[in-house]
Amino acid sequence: MNDIPTLPGTLLTLNGREVRVTAPGITRLADVLRDELGLTGTKIGCNAGDCGACTVLVDNRQVCACLTPVGQVAGREVTTVEGLAEQPVFAKLQAAFHRHLATQCGICTPGMLMAAADLLARDSTPDQSSVEDALGGVLCRCTGYQNIVAAVMDASRDVEAPAAPEAGQALGARALKVDGPERLNGRARFGADGIPPDASWLRVIRSPHARARFRIGDLEPLRRAHPGLELVLTAADVPKNGYGIYPDIKDQPVLAQSVVRFRGEAVLALVGPRAVVERIAEDDIPVRYELESPVIGTEAAMQAGASLVQSDKPGNFLVQGRVSTGDVAAALADCTAVAHGTFDTAFVEHAYIEPEAGYARRVDDRIEIFATTQTPYMDRDEVASILRIDPTQVRIVPTACGGGFGGKLDLSVQPLIALAAWKTGRTVACVYSRPESMMASTKRHPAHIEARFGADAKGKLQAAVVDAIFNTGAYASWGPTVANRVPVHAMGPYYVPNVATLGRAYLTNEPVAGAFRGFGVPQAAIAHETMMDDLAERLGMDRLVIRRRNALRVGNVTATGQKLEASCGLVACIDALAKKWKAALDAATEFNATATRTRRGVGIGCMWYGIGNTALSNPSAMRVGLGRDGVVTFYNGCADIGQGTTTTMLQVVADAVGLPMSAFRYVMGDTDLTLDAGKSSASRQAFVSGKASELAGRDLRANILALVGATEPAKLSLEGWRLRVTDEQGDHVVDLTTLDPNSHGDVVEGTGRFDPPTTPLDENGQGTPYATYAFAAQMAEVEVDLELGTTKVLRVIAAHDVGRALNPQQVEGQIHGGIAQGLGLALMEEYLAGKTENLHDYLIPTVGDMPEIETILIEDREPLGPGGAKGVGEPALIPTPPAILGAIRHATGVRITAVPVLPHRLRAAIAAKPTKV
Amino acid sequence: MAGFDNEKRTGPMGLYLRPTELSSAIAELAARPRTIVAGGTDFYPARVGRTIDVDILDITAIAALRGIRDEGDHFRIGATTSWSEILTAPLPPCFDALKLAAREVGGQQIQNAGTICGNLCNASPAADGVPPLLALGAAVEVQGTAGPRTMPLDAFILGPRRVRRAVDELVTAVLVPKPAARNAGHFLKLGARRYLVISIVMAAACLEADAAGVVTRARVAIGACSPVAQRLEALEEALLGKDIGGGLGSVVTPDHFVHLTPIDDVRATRAYRLEAAATVVSRLLDEVAGRL
Ligand SMILES: Cc1cc2nc3c(=O)[nH]c(=O)nc-3n(C[C@H](O)[C@H](O)[C@H](O)COP(=O)(O)OP(=O)(O)OC[C@H]3O[C@@H](n4cnc5c(N)ncnc54)[C@H](O)[C@@H]3O)c2cc1C
Ligand code: FES
Ligand code: FES
Repeated sequence: MNDIPTLPGTLLTLNGREVRVTAPGITRLADVLRDELGLTGTKIGCNAGDCGACTVLVDNRQVCACLTPVGQVAGREVTTVEGLAEQPVFAKLQAAFHRHLATQCGICTPGMLMAAADLLARDSTPDQSSVEDALGGVLCRCTGYQNIVAAVMDASRDVEAPAAPEAGQALGARALKVDGPERLNGRARFGADGIPPDASWLRVIRSPHARARFRIGDLEPLRRAHPGLELVLTAADVPKNGYGIYPDIKDQPVLAQSVVRFRGEAVLALVGPRAVVERIAEDDIPVRYELESPVIGTEAAMQAGASLVQSDKPGNFLVQGRVSTGDVAAALADCTAVAHGTFDTAFVEHAYIEPEAGYARRVDDRIEIFATTQTPYMDRDEVASILRIDPTQVRIVPTACGGGFGGKLDLSVQPLIALAAWKTGRTVACVYSRPESMMASTKRHPAHIEARFGADAKGKLQAAVVDAIFNTGAYASWGPTVANRVPVHAMGPYYVPNVATLGRAYLTNEPVAGAFRGFGVPQAAIAHETMMDDLAERLGMDRLVIRRRNALRVGNVTATGQKLEASCGLVACIDALAKKWKAALDAATEFNATATRTRRGVGIGCMWYGIGNTALSNPSAMRVGLGRDGVVTFYNGCADIGQGTTTTMLQVVADAVGLPMSAFRYVMGDTDLTLDAGKSSASRQAFVSGKASELAGRDLRANILALVGATEPAKLSLEGWRLRVTDEQGDHVVDLTTLDPNSHGDVVEGTGRFDPPTTPLDENGQGTPYATYAFAAQMAEVEVDLELGTTKVLRVIAAHDVGRALNPQQVEGQIHGGIAQGLGLALMEEYLAGKTENLHDYLIPTVGDMPEIETILIEDREPLGPGGAKGVGEPALIPTPPAILGAIRHATGVRITAVPVLPHRLRAAIAAKPTKV
Repeated sequence: MAGFDNEKRTGPMGLYLRPTELSSAIAELAARPRTIVAGGTDFYPARVGRTIDVDILDITAIAALRGIRDEGDHFRIGATTSWSEILTAPLPPCFDALKLAAREVGGQQIQNAGTICGNLCNASPAADGVPPLLALGAAVEVQGTAGPRTMPLDAFILGPRRVRRAVDELVTAVLVPKPAARNAGHFLKLGARRYLVISIVMAAACLEADAAGVVTRARVAIGACSPVAQRLEALEEALLGKDIGGGLGSVVTPDHFVHLTPIDDVRATRAYRLEAAATVVSRLLDEVAGRL
């Protein structure tokens, strides 16, 4: 052989410095960067080239570090996000990302930055299409890409960052994301980033079958073959082997006990050094399955005599919720126009770019869990219940969360790593692979919805009947939430005097369906908005006009008997679209007059969304304390999953205290330090936790004034450890170091708690399920290729009544991201167990699939909310699918009743239409 | 550059060798079976969550295997030439078919790493490189200790994930004959999203015409409609002698596609693929006619 043997290992230039790495040459560069060199700024979302989170530069060109053998970078230059800021042009890129809020959860951000850096080095003022080409290989699930593209196009400009808002001016300001910089330089620690190097690794063995009985054979041979193996966990090891969202439905085992009910269910866990547990072949694990025929789909589940998914759930029936008012039969009989339809939706995967990950360690008789989550306090209580220990013995420290959308409300790695750490006394980590994440995590509920709506000759709705059947998969998870929330919303954001709505959830041997942005309401919105389009067609009315005529207004009584007292901005949203709607209709008509194989269409979707839990208490508590060092600590219990509560809550609290945001530091979600702010779900944080933050801030302010004997109006200022309060009597100055600190090290503290006023619903669904509702109207313009059935969404205009935008930039970001997910739901996303367990068979929108987006914020203040705010997280997505479906229908004449509208489905529907377009 | 060699077996991973000379790569393959790695963009995705314990021959340091050369009556595209390199190479118009395919392989990360022969050797029914290379009339050069042998591309790919290559051989190049003076090529891909998408159907055409605008040679190929991408020979025949003036899409008829055997999968139905194939090919031919 004529090749010169070299020193073992690989010599490369990394971020300008020479390094030698020792991992074998075939090791993925991403693993070497993260594990050997500790550079965790490069993220791993799939290890398969599909997400681009691992994008780095090799000799200035972007490649996936998860697909690059480290041996191939020998002698070459590798640049990672950590090295980016060292080059001035790229520091400007990072600044542009910050300015434009191009990062939400931040997990895709390093990959986005590197892909953009490749382009910008060759073209400093790229146009939109070259930016899209450059970023096409990096997926983002949060931002809808809009702000990212804008940031890259703006990266060459030297722009001063906008000044931070002054004291008292933060609420409502476009304040930059306070935890943005760490997402732009790779320093933010996500679930898989902070794992101590000596941690043991936990690998879950999952069922490849949807339904089977199984036996675990003798584990001794496995232990002997792999002497490093520290622990094998089975169901017998779990103190309380059942968990679930509801206190009375703990139906999901941590490890399956003799039966598996869905493909991907955890059966057994291996714990040991990472190399040892990763090397074990599935075939060597003695699990013998006896297959049974699975119950697939709700139709099968509901059939008389269907085999039971859970033996104590007769008829596979989990739960139902209903709302009933008036007399629908009589009302329908009198209607001028009646519309009827049935609609079907698919399992939808959250597809956050960060797979579930974290580690646990035992500290004496307590367990500490550092993991990616949306709900620290629920995790704490659930882990305590599983381990049969006291909740005070569990500490949850949320890491940065790389996207949640509801999927990280359920437990993932937490119980198993906690159990393993509890048993062994070692630090134990677990990081899901992408296929594992997709198999094991919850999904959006598939729905089968039948709807019948009737209107009088003027288009006024008289009756709405909806029966929504949800497939909740193998376990309850959030099924009851969906079944209760949907009946309240299923008539749409309209005044309807006679209503009968029903939501039912059935168990199947399919993935567990849980919480996903909207809790069933997006599915229901497809039905109610198609009903509105049908009625408009029957009555010869404009689709926008009929919606406006029926829109809920202040003073209306909803179907649950709740009188809406304030903050109903739907009419304002629709009015904001009206002119653009007419213009778009005209433009489509003009385009279609000469088009040959394509047609354009315009559609509209409206929605309402109750903020917070349905008819249940859901309090938030916040704490804020002034330290001896003259810095205020905001103990923020909201898990920031990218939606930006770390920033927006700080804006609220800062104004309530009367100090600038810069006077604060923050703690996010640590259950030992913060109070319980509830879950980051149900779009509740801005409203509920925002209010608690406001109250906590006011409390701190009152306590400070009391301390110095000052009275309002007063002005606070901090000069180092000196606090100055100026009121009408003059200056009161306190040296904070002379005061006694409390257990958090603070000398003055404020707390706040808010629980939105709701009432339980009676057997007819009557009551006040939510304290306030968000409203929205969106219109979409599409172009359909009639011969191929492909749909391109050209533009979406989104008008949202958010009460008050705590931070308009963040609200816009939520809307962009919601539209992207709505587009995915409408056009491409369908999770099929065993078939789409990766990000190349399961498609989510890329940068090139996004329409142009225009956002319009309506601020019809909610008197109960902080500064008038409601919420926007879920509302952002709900109107998008119906708007797109309406536009496709307008373009092609095809009334869509099932999503996703994949090209072959649309093409078949176009071909089947009696009249050719 | 010095070769990379960590031939000591440490831990669970296999051996890894990255020679700089073709001769040593061939000798090594003859000595023991090795899994060949080029861009790694098919290799790693097939091994998510698995320890890589096979012995590896990484061929990317072999300079002789990289780049495009004019060799008189044909072009030689080295095995490890990346899609990005193909995109920027100065080549006759009919190569637009290949370049447009190169632009559609994954995102730019994949195009920078993925290689043309990796695409052929991986032999996916949806490999975007195959229809354009069939349309270009390409041949594949394979080498083992017995020296190089060449075969037409359609003889090389036997079926999904199956190619005519002995374990001790590697693919060294793709050879593409030079076209007549007046030539044009084009590629169209149909997928359910804009970037990073596996083709539902894709097609490529390379046409030559005389000075009068009459088609003198036509090669059209279609992928993702059969286990291996196929030439549409009946259509090619029908195109010969046609005037490019009025576009060529109208030449397409359903019987040109009867030999295809598309499948139903998560991306599309069989019926849709068949219909879309005709639509895509018809549009493709109109476009090529315009470019000729
Ligand atoms: C996110 C993503 C998107 C993709 N999108 C597309 C797409 O749109 N269209 C498409 O066609 N493909 C796509 N691919 C697949 C892949 O990128 C291409 O097939 C690429 O050309 C493979 O080349 P490679 O060098 O990376 O192959 P490698 O992974 O290095 O090798 C592939 C196979 O070929 C063998 N091999 C490679 N070179 C040789 C040789 N010279 N001699 C013998 N055997 C060899 C290897 O042993 C291996 O079995 C995508 C991949 C990813 C990860
Ligand atoms: S981790 Fe490399 S592309 Fe997803
Ligand atoms: S910000 Fe892009 S994935 Fe979250």
